[in-house]
Amino acid sequence: MPTEVTTDRVEQVIFDGLAEVGAEREQISRQASFEDLDVDSLDLVEVSQIVEDEFGVELEGDDLKDLNTVGEVVDLVVARSS
Amino acid sequence: MRGRVVITGMGAVTPLGVGADALISRWSGGECGIEDGAGRCDEFDPGDFLSRKEARRADRFTQFAVAASDEALGQAAWSDGLPYEQDRVGCVIGTGIGGLGSLEEQENVLRERGAKAVSPLSVPLMMGNAAAAALAMRHGIHGQTYGVVSACAAGAHAIGTAVRMIEAGDADGAVAGGAEAALTGLAVAAFAAMGATSPSGISRPFDRRRDGFVMGEGAGVLVLEDAEAAERRGAEPLGEVLGYAATSDAHHLTAPEPTGADAARAIELALDNAELGPGDIDYVNAHGTSTPLNDRSETESLKMALGEDARRVPVSSTKSAIGHLLGAAGAVEAIATVGALRRGAAPPTLGWEERDEELDLDYVPEESRPLAAKNGNGTRPLVGISNSFGFGGHNAVLCLSA
Repeated sequence: MPTEVTTDRVEQVIFDGLAEVGAEREQISRQASFEDLDVDSLDLVEVSQIVEDEFGVELEGDDLKDLNTVGEVVDLVVARSS
Repeated sequence: MRGRVVITGMGAVTPLGVGADALISRWSGGECGIEDGAGRCDEFDPGDFLSRKEARRADRFTQFAVAASDEALGQAAWSDGLPYEQDRVGCVIGTGIGGLGSLEEQENVLRERGAKAVSPLSVPLMMGNAAAAALAMRHGIHGQTYGVVSACAAGAHAIGTAVRMIEAGDADGAVAGGAEAALTGLAVAAFAAMGATSPSGISRPFDRRRDGFVMGEGAGVLVLEDAEAAERRGAEPLGEVLGYAATSDAHHLTAPEPTGADAARAIELALDNAELGPGDIDYVNAHGTSTPLNDRSETESLKMALGEDARRVPVSSTKSAIGHLLGAAGAVEAIATVGALRRGAAPPTLGWEERDEELDLDYVPEESRPLAAKNGNGTRPLVGISNSFGFGGHNAVLCLSA
């Protein structure tokens, strides 16, 4: 069963996922842009897979293409799971 | 009249250690990098060369190539920027298989967790051109960049192809070599299934008791430059690619053509390309896999191509010290050849003890042997050939001097 979805929990999973794909952990924040973190579309697919495993929320390429910051993805996952 | 192509940098990651010098000096000193029937690059740590993110995006064969390229470009003084227009520099890296470890890992993910769990990095990790692409991105190379795939001849084909690129005037310089990391469950089982690898786990090329090759892994990368362009920028050549040729057996999926005629033809054509004859050769770095078939047919090829000189020239196999690096072998062995010529000594065929009646050349047993300069006062460069033959009947031969 997917974990219970809280904003804090989503944030933690996404932060961990970004670190896992190689972003510098101390630079990761809600405000950080993917450009700042040197996170590209391939990285975001990996993070999406982690999110789906954890919360059962499916993120497609179209969902992510207009998002620029970590916080926007966190908010989208929280919104989708409620 | 073709232009001359010189070697200005060399880098290697092999079972004898990280660095071209580790390969040449340790092999020359009689050290063997094979343990428990495999030539693993145990000293290699990707973290010494790549960030965590870069390492995640590179299969082990690409990681080897990156490390070898850093060394080669450093030696050529290319590290702080290419000395030529970026689109006048090419990159050709051979491999036998590509990112096989990554493929096997993701195949397991697919079976165990389903299609949606397969990594988006799978294709860029496993593709055979991954190493060439990684080097282009790392070093800002904007000229012709691709992989070549011809099994165990790939490293030599890559160097020859890059030489032709420069000779044709398409590039002023090129980064060329080979990389392989196929010590994986599937490849080890598959080579064993076809009876190619050694049941005893011992690499002893040309010895009567040889029973197959020992798999190894690693990479070799060279920096090649148009000789005049290199001279203009004051580069010090390590050696020169005097000639190159390649032929095909068109005979069998895996077995070499038994008379060795097509491999011999490649040797002859490489000498023709160098405008040299058999009497000019000081050393042969053999393909010498330690398989019953290769070592016999290669001996025949050398006799056919070099005639009487075949008995005079020392012939040794790098695979006796590091095993068979498959698509990296031709590049690593070209580096070993240049290293041997520069040291003026043929490194030994380690483990050669018992003569096979049909294999009657001088395989340099036991220890390194000084190479005699035949004519003049020893100041002329020494000349060697490096043979590479691949499953599929691919023959590629480089004629090198240093």
